[in-house]
Amino acid sequence: MIRFTRSTSLRALLASSVLTLLLLSACGGAEGSASSGSKTVTLVTNDSFAISKSAQRSFERSSGLKLRILRGGDAGATLNQSILTKSRPLGDVFFGVDNTLLTRALRAGIFTPYKPLGIDQIDPKLTLDSQARVTPVDVGDVCVNYDRIWFASHDLPIPKTLIDLALPEYARLLVIENPATSSTGLAFMLATIAEFGEREWRNYWSSLRTGGVEVVDGWEQAYNSSFSGSAGKGDRPLVVSYATSPPAEVIYADPRPSSAPTGVLTKTCFRQIEGVGVLKNAKHPANAKLLVDFMISKRFQSDLPLQMFVLPARLGTEVPPEFAEFGATPKDPYSLEPKKIAASRDRWIEQWTDTVLR
Amino acid sequence: MDRHSPALTLLRRALLSAAAFFFAVFFLWPISTVITRGVFVDGTLDLSPLTKLLSNSGLRRVIVFTFLQASVSTLGALVLGIPGAYAFSRLAFRGRAAVLALLTLPFVLPTVVVGSAFVALLGENGPLGGLHLNGSLAAIVLAQICFNYAVVVRSVGSQWAHIDHSAAQASRTLGAGPARTWLRVTLPSIKPSIVSSALIVFLFCFTSFGLILILGGPGTATIETEIYRATMQSLDLRTAAALSILQILVVGGVILSGMRFGRVDGRSPRWRPSGSGLLKLNSKRSLVLTANLFIVAMLVGAPLGVLVVRSFTTSSGLGLNWYRSLGQLGSTGLAETPLKALSNSLTFAAVATFIAVPLGLIIALAVTVKSGQTRSARVMERAVMLPLGVSAVTLGLGYLLTLDTPPLDLRTSWWLIPIAQAIVATPFVVRIAVPIIASTDQRLRDAAALLGARPSRVWRSVDLPVIRSAVATGAGFAFAISLGEFGATAFIVRPETTTLPIAIYRLLGRPGETNFGAAMASAVLLMSVTAAILILLDRDSLGSRS
Repeated sequence: MIRFTRSTSLRALLASSVLTLLLLSACGGAEGSASSGSKTVTLVTNDSFAISKSAQRSFERSSGLKLRILRGGDAGATLNQSILTKSRPLGDVFFGVDNTLLTRALRAGIFTPYKPLGIDQIDPKLTLDSQARVTPVDVGDVCVNYDRIWFASHDLPIPKTLIDLALPEYARLLVIENPATSSTGLAFMLATIAEFGEREWRNYWSSLRTGGVEVVDGWEQAYNSSFSGSAGKGDRPLVVSYATSPPAEVIYADPRPSSAPTGVLTKTCFRQIEGVGVLKNAKHPANAKLLVDFMISKRFQSDLPLQMFVLPARLGTEVPPEFAEFGATPKDPYSLEPKKIAASRDRWIEQWTDTVLR
Repeated sequence: MDRHSPALTLLRRALLSAAAFFFAVFFLWPISTVITRGVFVDGTLDLSPLTKLLSNSGLRRVIVFTFLQASVSTLGALVLGIPGAYAFSRLAFRGRAAVLALLTLPFVLPTVVVGSAFVALLGENGPLGGLHLNGSLAAIVLAQICFNYAVVVRSVGSQWAHIDHSAAQASRTLGAGPARTWLRVTLPSIKPSIVSSALIVFLFCFTSFGLILILGGPGTATIETEIYRATMQSLDLRTAAALSILQILVVGGVILSGMRFGRVDGRSPRWRPSGSGLLKLNSKRSLVLTANLFIVAMLVGAPLGVLVVRSFTTSSGLGLNWYRSLGQLGSTGLAETPLKALSNSLTFAAVATFIAVPLGLIIALAVTVKSGQTRSARVMERAVMLPLGVSAVTLGLGYLLTLDTPPLDLRTSWWLIPIAQAIVATPFVVRIAVPIIASTDQRLRDAAALLGARPSRVWRSVDLPVIRSAVATGAGFAFAISLGEFGATAFIVRPETTTLPIAIYRLLGRPGETNFGAAMASAVLLMSVTAAILILLDRDSLGSRS
């Protein structure tokens, strides 16, 4: 009897000590990895952020700091996480707030103003905040892409404008993202509001709907599953994507084709300007400033086109030849005041849902 | 077992308290913090968002649709899964372990992958494009069934394999037909596992996130996707909290009623440590087996097959290009190679399993102790099921809001990933272990004692094999679930250590065929690793193989 009890309790003891050890090491591990030493800087960002190993090394060498990168989902989700944790921020610097989310970030007061070194080199047209709480880093244009092969083999001219797309022969070829769940979809909806104005934009969407536009929840589905020009080989030759998607199709192909399989409708673009800021209550504000300086430096700016497929905000930064050869730079992309977007965004999405989905 | 030893009772209580503490810190506290933040406005309680759930027609539609798709999917999973449980746990045939591993794959694959497999299958250009199911309720239900088929087959099957079949034989001998025997003898004895798997499947369908987002399209929002939208897109914590409260109420209700019906009582099946012998195939059984294999082929084989084909498809015909790229960084836009992500995933899954299995076992043992089963143990058994039905978005957000002060500032630590995965996996361990342990035949113990075995010997030869079987099955599931877990991991702020599901998601998030190809190859890699683990574990957990 006694012996039996002992053997059970031994096992149980073992189990409980393993559990306790795990808990303890969990805490220990946290302290270890949080490494609140003054020699680190933590960047909070979203899933689209990327930096080359060599660029990261060159920052770490020149600043003497260790760069930690934390990712938290898509752009909207990451910003909301930072807003909700603003009294105890997750890191020192936040990257990934664009003109569609800017006002929410500024109102929540998550940033502290900082005028980085080299700000005079940034295209002044891209300025996001007059108080320098957010520094522009890159520019991306959301545009309708088309499948070149499809249009070459069908007796239908390539559409040009937003109006063209609403014609029944094109609307049924187009797949778009739901603006309620996708930042790409939101940008395209904003383009239509910028073009047709508060009074007319819903009529435009009515005709897109009648024409048979397909709506999916995210860019991944639209581009990989529905679009015919991608590796997923869907059935719709028109998709809302980015101006840099065609060069990406060339660069991420094996073997590389001599021409891009897809093209851009340059008159359908909405401009997203993406910025970085120093988080209020950051543990390492001095280090944070060094990182922001770096993010608008020549080194990082010339790194980002091939990492994130966006255009650098710094004037005179060279972009990869593939961008010029296969991509497109829209001359007059649509844009809207960030304040206006913040004020009407939820109402617009609600109206859009009523018009297109219900 | 000596149930009256004060030392043992004390130990049991201590362990149960430790489990409760862990669960409270890493689940109850984060969740209640998020909800509190949503219902308190400037310090006063404001329940107006709750009434909005009823008054807003859009939200009402979401709620109705959530119930509809979950109920239909659960029913479908049971209708297809119960025959499958019979075929794959009672019949002897070559390749049983492989079939069981195959049908479990969708369950442990990231929903992103299963979702895209179904889109590939049902899309206009897919093999089944002619059915025009893409984006419909039917597509969602099919994918949900594919996803949850394994839950029914495995949990019903493992009980079916271990019940005492002499009663059924007696019934047949006494002249009852097969149908009558099944309804009156077999069904009652596998009822607990049917009810508990139905419960799990319903909760899964009720709260599924990735599948709905990918397959459903915008017309088919559920409570879970609305919580995501409200929290992550609109920063509308009040609506999110109201939806979360509704979700928790439903989930709580389902758990309570499900446990009531599925309670293991005196008539519950006797678990036979060795498992019963498998039935040899005759012509009738072969037919049953073939029909079930066909179901597996259509439901699981077809979508996963499409994935495999795609992982070998390059612009110049079939090839291994995408597999070669898994160890390289250059051809994809990732910070870590998919192979490194796989090793991260394996580490996290191992840690999560080491947390979930002891946690689940402590609770399972506490509730199955025949005398002296405490109220707190029963409360724990129910409470620990809640993670199945609580939004991963809410949990991730809760971690951000609560675990922010030392010594528990885990918000940016990689430990949070396996902890979250363990919280998700523990209910499975409990649900798998409870019926197995509870049905241990007391008579076996008595017989052993009568034959002169010392208590330690009784424990070793009667209780231990039972517990070992529960641990093996539970650990297998916990490991596989952690390996494929996507929701909670996606909403935790992560350091560089990427898991393979997240890597797949990031690959799918970039244009270019090498990214797409690497995503498909990574999915097949994850599938193969999981299949290998499941086959290894099945050797232990499914008892003798004829």
